[in-house]
Amino acid sequence: MAARDLHGIGAPWGDRSPGDPENRAFEVIGKPHRKVDGLAKATGRAQYTDDLVLPGMLHAKTLRSPHAHARIVAIDTTRAQALPGVHAVITGRDLPIQYGVIPWTQDENALAVDKVRFVGDAVAAVAAVDEDTANAALKLIRVEYEPLHAFLDPEESLARSEPRIHDDSKTGNVSKHVRLDFGDVETALASADVVLEGDYVFHGTTHAAIEPHCALAQWSAEGLLTVWSSTQITHYVQRALAKVLELPIHKIRVIQPALGGAFGGKSDPFSLEFCVAKLAMLTGRPVKMLYTREEVFYCHRGRHPMQLHYRTGASKDGKIAAVDAKILIDGGAYSSFGLVTTYYAGQLLTGPYHFPNYRFDSTRVFTNKPPCGPKRGHGSVQPRFAFEVQLDELAERIALDPIELRRRNFQGDFTRTVNGQRITSNGFLACLDEVERASGWRARRGKLGFGRGLGVAGSMSISGTNYPVYPNKMPQAGIQLAAERSGRVTVFTGGNDIGQGSNSVVAYVVAEELGMDVADVRVVAADTDLVPVDLGAYSSRVTFMVGNATIDAARKLRASIVLAIAKEWQVDAARVRMANGRVFDTESTERSITTAEAFQIAEAHCDTLGSTGSYNTPTLGGDYRGGTIGASPAYSFTAHVVEASVDVETGRITCHAVWIAHDCGRALNPMLVAGQMEGSAYMGIAEALLEEHGVNRFGLHAGPSLLDYRIPTSVDTPELAALIVESLDPEGPYGAKEAGEGPLHPSLPALSNAIFDAVGVRLRELPFTPAKVLRALAEKDARSAPVARGRA
Amino acid sequence: MRVLNLLINGDRVEVAAPEHWTLLEVLRYELGLTGSKQGCDKGDCGACTVLLDGKPVLACLTLAALCEGRAVTTIEGLLPAHVKAGGTGPDPVQAAFDECGALQCGFCQPGMMLSARALLDRNACPTRAEIKDALAGNLCRCTGYTQIFEAVELAIARRIGIEPAPRAWEAQRMPADEAERRAREFAEARERQKEPR
Ligand code: FES
Ligand code: FES
Repeated sequence: MAARDLHGIGAPWGDRSPGDPENRAFEVIGKPHRKVDGLAKATGRAQYTDDLVLPGMLHAKTLRSPHAHARIVAIDTTRAQALPGVHAVITGRDLPIQYGVIPWTQDENALAVDKVRFVGDAVAAVAAVDEDTANAALKLIRVEYEPLHAFLDPEESLARSEPRIHDDSKTGNVSKHVRLDFGDVETALASADVVLEGDYVFHGTTHAAIEPHCALAQWSAEGLLTVWSSTQITHYVQRALAKVLELPIHKIRVIQPALGGAFGGKSDPFSLEFCVAKLAMLTGRPVKMLYTREEVFYCHRGRHPMQLHYRTGASKDGKIAAVDAKILIDGGAYSSFGLVTTYYAGQLLTGPYHFPNYRFDSTRVFTNKPPCGPKRGHGSVQPRFAFEVQLDELAERIALDPIELRRRNFQGDFTRTVNGQRITSNGFLACLDEVERASGWRARRGKLGFGRGLGVAGSMSISGTNYPVYPNKMPQAGIQLAAERSGRVTVFTGGNDIGQGSNSVVAYVVAEELGMDVADVRVVAADTDLVPVDLGAYSSRVTFMVGNATIDAARKLRASIVLAIAKEWQVDAARVRMANGRVFDTESTERSITTAEAFQIAEAHCDTLGSTGSYNTPTLGGDYRGGTIGASPAYSFTAHVVEASVDVETGRITCHAVWIAHDCGRALNPMLVAGQMEGSAYMGIAEALLEEHGVNRFGLHAGPSLLDYRIPTSVDTPELAALIVESLDPEGPYGAKEAGEGPLHPSLPALSNAIFDAVGVRLRELPFTPAKVLRALAEKDARSAPVARGRA
Repeated sequence: MRVLNLLINGDRVEVAAPEHWTLLEVLRYELGLTGSKQGCDKGDCGACTVLLDGKPVLACLTLAALCEGRAVTTIEGLLPAHVKAGGTGPDPVQAAFDECGALQCGFCQPGMMLSARALLDRNACPTRAEIKDALAGNLCRCTGYTQIFEAVELAIARRIGIEPAPRAWEAQRMPADEAERRAREFAEARERQKEPR
């Protein structure tokens, strides 16, 4: 197809022009349907990777580095190999080829070669009859290390390039530097009525999906390798396996079973996928590896710590004139998605507000800590925190209502951002209206008494990106449909359902287009032998891209069925409709058959029934180096109001409620959209109040357990109110945009702003621990105290 | 190795397992009952929750040897028990979780649903606060818990025969007319400026 075809925002049988009342005539879309895998998950039938067992399966374990930075002088595996029950032991020598998700920065090995770069770096792997034997074997491996200076402070990595964390790096310990200038920031700041300047600190956080990473491999006598993995991107895992194992890619099959949460933490290829594959090839037995919870914390790829410096200039009526950002990003030991993170840290700030002048300078450095990567709101949650707090400071300075300030700077819809990103639909104003209304903002803000307050923040996020991780001209999403005479349709999709419901979305689309019951649509997903290529679940691309590809395929299939029926009935094709599980003639409705009967007629007329569909992004982005990074076919917009209180005796913050208004284009299933919004805000508030992914001075994780790394329980979670705003995007499937990542962003700054409303202190450093709150309160007292003391 | 006599989902089973194995290991590795999940293996997450004589316990912290002769209910046991008691389809708790969107990745949910089941068995009509307390040992990383509470409340409403309260997202949702009006405005805006300026 012309991959960039637009399908329109209307229901399939509407004339799809605006104002057509038939636009409302959706049968499936927009309704709170169950998920296609809901009951399988409810009854314990759904199989996750660790639930799979193959005959003769071995269990594998990984030996990890106790040093943050060290050279490997020697490894002796002979005693481990000799242990009864051990079938194979591998080290970096067995898997010497490097990989990495971004083709230009491939700096990872499945097992360390010559050097380890963080406590927890993988050094050797053992396959044995059971886990206990594998663990015993790990203890018998002798590794001689020569410790090196460990970099734990990003400032130091910036200042010192020796010793190098990556020996062949041409930029010392700098992983990536990006500086982009739009307009004339200095002149605009010099002439601005108000200039605010401040430093903000974002700590590190991690995904903490409840399912630990797991992979299982089988090597067949025909030379085919099958890997089941808890990945959110089957296609990239398949590519990485082909490279590292030097196998033709079509000899590798990667399958993603049911997945127990990801949030970006299962986007990279991980050491365990290569290890189980290699061990299966060496032993001729299936091999499984399941990370312990502690290993999951060390594997990390979570949100980057950032030190952010912002200068914002504005007119006295609150119009933003210029924004200047300088950001230092702590990348941890490897590149991962870091190139993209470094761009995203600047590129994704340029909405929902218009500002004519903008500059950012972001530098990602390597440190000897668990590697950072993409986490829900990749690269953009940290700058958003800093900027939205600074906007609140601006509102305070010029004595303007913070919601009004945001309204005044609204960039509009169908416009371009200062860095050249194309904005289509934009429901941000409606989002502000909704949170203002629902939170009772006007009546309550500033009036809740000392200690309790309301804060607001806004944000923008991408619905996928037009930058495929490896450059190519092929579709980003492909779909195949097979319809069969029983009345059943099967969808084959490479989309990865990670709990967000992407398999359900494709089923809803097919059911809508073919007028069928959702239950008669089966979904086969994320098995590279069975489905067309799809780039997987990241950057919130799935609903938008896979949804569009599914509409494309379904409309082709529908067209052939309709044509066949029209021929059979000898009527004009425009008279044939598919709805409610039937196919009928709109001009004589007594002529009506079931979907199954229609498929039989069509099968007789045409051939075996099927179709394909795809989606690719239009050409997008600014005309400069990096201009396509952060370019998305549609942006989502969000506003939050948070209500919080502060106990000034203990410094403890309680977040009472979050009103989350999110412009998701069209809610294909409002219940699932609400679930994404609630889950996002929950995670954002948790990052602000409880979570911290840190290491101690030896590079040891500060608390690699779900007890020490505190994620909120049912009693810690604030009231969450999901306010769905639907702006209908011209290019989204039926107008839909993303809902999974955008709604996280404003939680953290809105909470900081609520605390300012409550007690008059600005929290610019995350997380907001009681100690920080007490310090800020003491500083505030100190500022006002001299006067008091003078009087005494 | 030790031979254990267990009562699993109503069936007497005899299994041999190493002395140190937990109930979770026996369920998952010996009996193939993989519905009970392992999220941490150290008592922090609640994904492994099963019912022991009707009370929720963490299977990863429970030695299998201590379960001799006691009744174990896993997530796989709920539907058959419901059917056996004359119901159709899944247990009402399972059905409500499905209908309310509570099952995102679903990994925490077998434990969560068993905690909810145990709550409803001892308290016919718990308040929202009591539901929160009963589920506080089960971490969920996907949902923010709201749809889980709504699911439990739906199951309660059905059992006692009252109209369930509207779910938060429904109560807050703009009326369809308003959304369509806005949508039309946007679509018209698009028509006016086909090409972004
Ligand atoms: S697996 Fe038992 S509490 Fe986490
Ligand atoms: S549904 Fe994913 S952890 Fe609860």
